[in-house]
Amino acid sequence: MQYAIRHVTVAAILALGGAGFAVAQQAPAKPAAPAKAAAPAGSGPLSGEVVKLVRIDPLTGLLGPVGVSQGKGYQFFAEKFSGAGNPAGVKFEVTLIDNKLSPAESLNALKAALDQGVRYIIQGNGSSVALALVDAVNKHNERNPGKEVLYLNDSAVDPDLTNSKCSFWHFRFDADTSMKMEAMSSFIAEQKDIKNVYILGQNYSHGVQVAKYAKDTLARKRPDIKIVGEDLHPLAQVRDFAPYIAKIKASGADTVITGNWGSDLSLLVKAANEGGYNGKFFTYYAGVTGTPTALGQNGGGRVYQVAYNHYNMGGQMDKWMTEFKQKYNDDFYTGSTIRIFETLGAAMAQAKSTDPVKVAAAMEGLKVKSFNGEVEIRKADHQLQQPLYVSVWQKAGGKYPYSPENTGMTLVPVKEYPNYVSSTPTSCQMKRPG
Amino acid sequence: MEFFVISMLNGLSYGLLLFMLSSGLTLIFSMMGVLNFAHASFYMLGAYLGYTVSRFTGFWPALLLAPIVVGGLGAVFERLCLRKVHKYGHVPELLITFGLSYVIIELVQLVWGRIALEFHPPAILQGPAFTLINNSAQGLSLQWGAAPAQLCAAADATIRVVCSPFPATRGFMMLVALVMLGSVWLLLTRTRIGLVIQAALTHPEAVEALGHNVPRVFMLVFGAGSALAGLAGVIGGSTFLTEPAMAATVGSVIFVVVVVGGMGSLSGAFLASLLIGVLQTFAVAFDYSLGTLAQQLGVAPGSALLSSSYVKLTLSQVAPILPYLFLVLILIFRPRGLLGTREG
Repeated sequence: MQYAIRHVTVAAILALGGAGFAVAQQAPAKPAAPAKAAAPAGSGPLSGEVVKLVRIDPLTGLLGPVGVSQGKGYQFFAEKFSGAGNPAGVKFEVTLIDNKLSPAESLNALKAALDQGVRYIIQGNGSSVALALVDAVNKHNERNPGKEVLYLNDSAVDPDLTNSKCSFWHFRFDADTSMKMEAMSSFIAEQKDIKNVYILGQNYSHGVQVAKYAKDTLARKRPDIKIVGEDLHPLAQVRDFAPYIAKIKASGADTVITGNWGSDLSLLVKAANEGGYNGKFFTYYAGVTGTPTALGQNGGGRVYQVAYNHYNMGGQMDKWMTEFKQKYNDDFYTGSTIRIFETLGAAMAQAKSTDPVKVAAAMEGLKVKSFNGEVEIRKADHQLQQPLYVSVWQKAGGKYPYSPENTGMTLVPVKEYPNYVSSTPTSCQMKRPG
Repeated sequence: MEFFVISMLNGLSYGLLLFMLSSGLTLIFSMMGVLNFAHASFYMLGAYLGYTVSRFTGFWPALLLAPIVVGGLGAVFERLCLRKVHKYGHVPELLITFGLSYVIIELVQLVWGRIALEFHPPAILQGPAFTLINNSAQGLSLQWGAAPAQLCAAADATIRVVCSPFPATRGFMMLVALVMLGSVWLLLTRTRIGLVIQAALTHPEAVEALGHNVPRVFMLVFGAGSALAGLAGVIGGSTFLTEPAMAATVGSVIFVVVVVGGMGSLSGAFLASLLIGVLQTFAVAFDYSLGTLAQQLGVAPGSALLSSSYVKLTLSQVAPILPYLFLVLILIFRPRGLLGTREG
């Protein structure tokens, strides 16, 4: 009898744990508000056709919160852009696969997606993952003519992806590091109080590229600026940034340039606030899940972000963001999501097909009107050409009311750079099919 | 000098947080022989519960209540799960705590969501505890609390003034860790219950024959160990960041502390956490690589070797992974750890 009870207890605990786990796993993949999901049927040439997209990104682990938030963005906008929402009239369906930020897991995820017959994949978090996926997609497409898959990259910014490693099957919707650094250094060049710069980054492809382009562009635009220090730390390993802050202070730097994201940026700025470091921070990812909370009221006026959007874009974007916040109690910040649906819809309408080969050809050189003006996919390297913004962390209100994570603060744009400023040359030698 | 003092304090305070985290793990291991994989999850649970409780009662009651709740949950887990698998040996014990760590992470994300929480320390801890003022003309001085602005601004352009505040939260963290060390040590060595706990480990039958309930002692020890993790969680969560990944970021390093210090040795864990905290902090300051070392030793490596990314890797770049290197070295050269008595 006691034996049986023991087994029942153990089984119940396992079941409970399993159920909890399952619920948590399903939560992000659940289509939002099914009642409203049925968008009105479009009148486009491909009306009624379903396009399946799989997003391969972390849903658990250190970057899990970021991936989950972005996943909600895909569900939200798939609904907005389906049917009448796009000129082709297709219906978009997005599913999410967790890659735990690991290149190896991502290749498994890609295989799972291909086995389901998916022809469009999306990825963004981690250039290390992106480089592995580009390789795998190239090989797959070479070996499986007629079953090609397109790779839409929403956030991996290593410039190699559109230069030495460029591929016909890869499209990047974020601005790469060389473009962002072009805008950031143009802004820094005008700030005469910046004299000593410290470069701090994560020790992998992205952090190394940020350091490289920061040094290149500053040497070109402000040769008088001294690089007083440079440090690379292992990705997502540092719990305490106080020693780095002490080192930065000792170096006499008035400005820090960092490509850090996630906990690596949150903890860095937090340590700076506590350690009495008053210099400026130039970052890429101040608006990403968790960082606004860590910045809090303290980083006001000192933390800058360079990106293709910010929290107060105005117009339709503001309405979407408010609706998103009401629906998910979360902030939408990965504007590439919108670009992906916009360009896919336009390219499919133009190609009159959802076949990735035809769609890819139609996407080359495609221009669409997006939330901040016209953007273009450059034919030479499949890099989206778009305006970039430098914004600064400040009290929300007035013209810029949107406050991420209810911090009472926001990113206020201080400078806009049109497409041609941030456009950088490419060394891509693309091989096109056929 | 000011850099040295601040770095030393940073290192010590980080080391003491590690000690707070690993003391519970050490306690549980030394008393019960269970390597609790879910220990860092109890730390995270402490931070989240501390956050919720502090919204109703303020920080100070939360500092007391959250660890008690976490300790209670730990005791319940020991009573209902761990005890059932105890007789099957070490591996099932280890696996069930491993499973628990995953369950806790998912439950925490279900209840509190996946984004970071704003868990502020109380107002009294938000400013600096003291400020070190390094004036190139007047030398180093210390000012309690925040230093007034005129002291930190140089009147003369030739004088360089650097003010380094030391956060009060870190000072508080150090204080709590030391009090924790003292009280756990006193409890174990100077009280009757400590005597019973120690005896229950080596001679459970004898202790049972004397009328003590050994399983209950184990439950209390597991609960107390979890409560210590919960306490560290409230302090760590408000000092650093309360987020779903916080268990993962400390989970591995506390095992390093426990192994390096010597499995089950409280004083060893104390020594090892201070050592790792200081080692990691100071390593960040050194930009020496194998290449520069070779050059200083008078060896002139070829330019191809010098440009190799491994030879160029500086000490500051590998600082965060030094504890793991340290772990490997300890396991090779002194498997019982610095102060450990147990073999293997």
